[in-house]
Amino acid sequence: MNWEAILMTIPYMTVVILFMIGLFTVLFKKNLIKIIMGIAIMQNAANLFLVSLAYRRGEYAPIFTSAESTEMVMPTAHALTLTSIVIGLATTALLLSFVIMIKKHYGSINTDDVRRCKE
Amino acid sequence: MNIDIVQHSPALILAVPLLFAFLTPIVARISEKGRDAIFFLGLFIMAFFVSVMAYEVYTVGGWSYVFGGGTVTPNGTGSSFFRILFVADGISAMASITLTISAIGAAIYSYKFMEHDTGLNKFNTLFLLMIAGVNGMVLTGDLFNLFVWFEVASVSSAALIAFKNYEGEAVEAALKYMILSVVAGLFFLLSIGFLYGQYGVLNFQLLAENITGTNLDKIALTILVVVLALKAGAVPLHFIIPDAYSMAPGSVTAVLVVASQAGLWVLFRVVFTLYGLAVNTFTLGWIVIVLGILSMFIGVTMALVQKTVKRLMAYHAISQTGYMLLGVGVGLAVLGQPEMDIYGRLAMEGGIFHIINHAMYKGLLFMTAGVIIYETGKRKLDELGGLGHSMKWTMVFFMIGALAIAGIPPFNGFASKLMIYKSVYSFNPLLSIIAMVVSILTLASFVKVFHSIFMGPKDESVSKTTEAPKPMLLGMAILAGVVILFSLFPGLVVSTIVEPAVEALGVIV
Repeated sequence: MNWEAILMTIPYMTVVILFMIGLFTVLFKKNLIKIIMGIAIMQNAANLFLVSLAYRRGEYAPIFTSAESTEMVMPTAHALTLTSIVIGLATTALLLSFVIMIKKHYGSINTDDVRRCKE
Repeated sequence: MNIDIVQHSPALILAVPLLFAFLTPIVARISEKGRDAIFFLGLFIMAFFVSVMAYEVYTVGGWSYVFGGGTVTPNGTGSSFFRILFVADGISAMASITLTISAIGAAIYSYKFMEHDTGLNKFNTLFLLMIAGVNGMVLTGDLFNLFVWFEVASVSSAALIAFKNYEGEAVEAALKYMILSVVAGLFFLLSIGFLYGQYGVLNFQLLAENITGTNLDKIALTILVVVLALKAGAVPLHFIIPDAYSMAPGSVTAVLVVASQAGLWVLFRVVFTLYGLAVNTFTLGWIVIVLGILSMFIGVTMALVQKTVKRLMAYHAISQTGYMLLGVGVGLAVLGQPEMDIYGRLAMEGGIFHIINHAMYKGLLFMTAGVIIYETGKRKLDELGGLGHSMKWTMVFFMIGALAIAGIPPFNGFASKLMIYKSVYSFNPLLSIIAMVVSILTLASFVKVFHSIFMGPKDESVSKTTEAPKPMLLGMAILAGVVILFSLFPGLVVSTIVEPAVEALGVIV
């Protein structure tokens, strides 16, 4: 049994589980706030995926002041994650503000009641 | 001071709208006139840089712009390995030109159209941000950067769709649009992770050199195609488009059409430049063709039963997207088969030419719909009638748009559709026949709309309507002028701007 290889896949398994939980919430929940929570879970899964990709066993984290040598892992994925966190903040804020407006106009945040567009 | 404007134009095209987007609210604290002046100044400076870039691309050739300096090296050594790239080539030039023309038309139109609304500072900011986002999507040569601009475009588009937030429907449409865009964006991020994890690079050029078509590559490709088809509004992911287009303010819809098409431009880059012959292009081409045929047919049949003006036009937009996908799908299916190359190329030229044509006439049609709603306050087709008596110019613009979308000669829609019919017929006659039938249905639908809105006796309830205000007429006239120009010289347009775009995709071996 190669335990090490199994341990290395745990982050990726977590990503898949989190992403599926998020997707399930978005697809099957009726409450708009819950849908947005699902999106947030998916965002975190994607961020975790990017960070896990950057991990190299035995290499140094790309922090100049604490690394023992100048040979460090590529910080590209970390930069991507930071950007993606910021984007996630912006989109979540916008979505929640839409929900506030929906509550004002429709008096409900259940997706069954929010379907006036088609008429 | 020796700054090479030409060299830096791809970056400036983005920097100018971003700067002016946040300059307008500051200036607005001093004077509202000044705010409008700054808004238009920003747009025109951007248009100047777009034309500088396009001129260089069409006379000398494309180039890659590396942020922070440095040059692009083929095997991934040197500074370009880490840096963000912008690509100035036929595709980005053509997409930026399309966007700039409809943005200027829409901005002039909205000067009067949005007059009665409050919060115009935010409108100007969001409008410029959306333009920056769309330009970024088509200019970037880096996958992650593409994701960032995708989100910038989505956030600002959603906020603009919800701009009339005193109507619950507008917020509902924006929420749907935003949820789907965010979920699509997250899948996009996952597929970026798949590619980065395997090859350790993000820019298109280096990825294209390394890509081998592993199973993971194929999964990433599937996700990318689905996400970008959603952005472009192709069936079966079209359901946000009618809500979004019909609830956004009329001036915004004209630009939203181009924003959706940014998805198509990126899709072409991904399937041709990034993957190319690394995957089975015949199967991939057929998938794109089937998406196109479905979009065409479902779009037009749904349009026939719609009762409101803008929803009807939105379904036609879905149907027209099908033509672009059909043309390019055929080009993709025959990629790498020398004996079919000539048809493939013609089909791609037709599909890509149709994108710019569609942006112009569809923008024009949405603007005329905006005028009708602005003047009468009514959206339903059966409540309107007899507007031809008082709104002569609007009627003329509507006719130009309707004839162009139905592909009636000599309008520009005919030119691009004919290229698609001709080449697709050699590939598979049945597809060509479906495309023609859809065109006839489009004509039927627009004849009905024209008749019910403009013809008939002067209706009591709409008898007080007057012609649209001058800025709105000017905005429509710009797009109508481009439609007529393209109708008169289709050959010139194809050889000047469409062929470089096809060549930039690397189809020519």
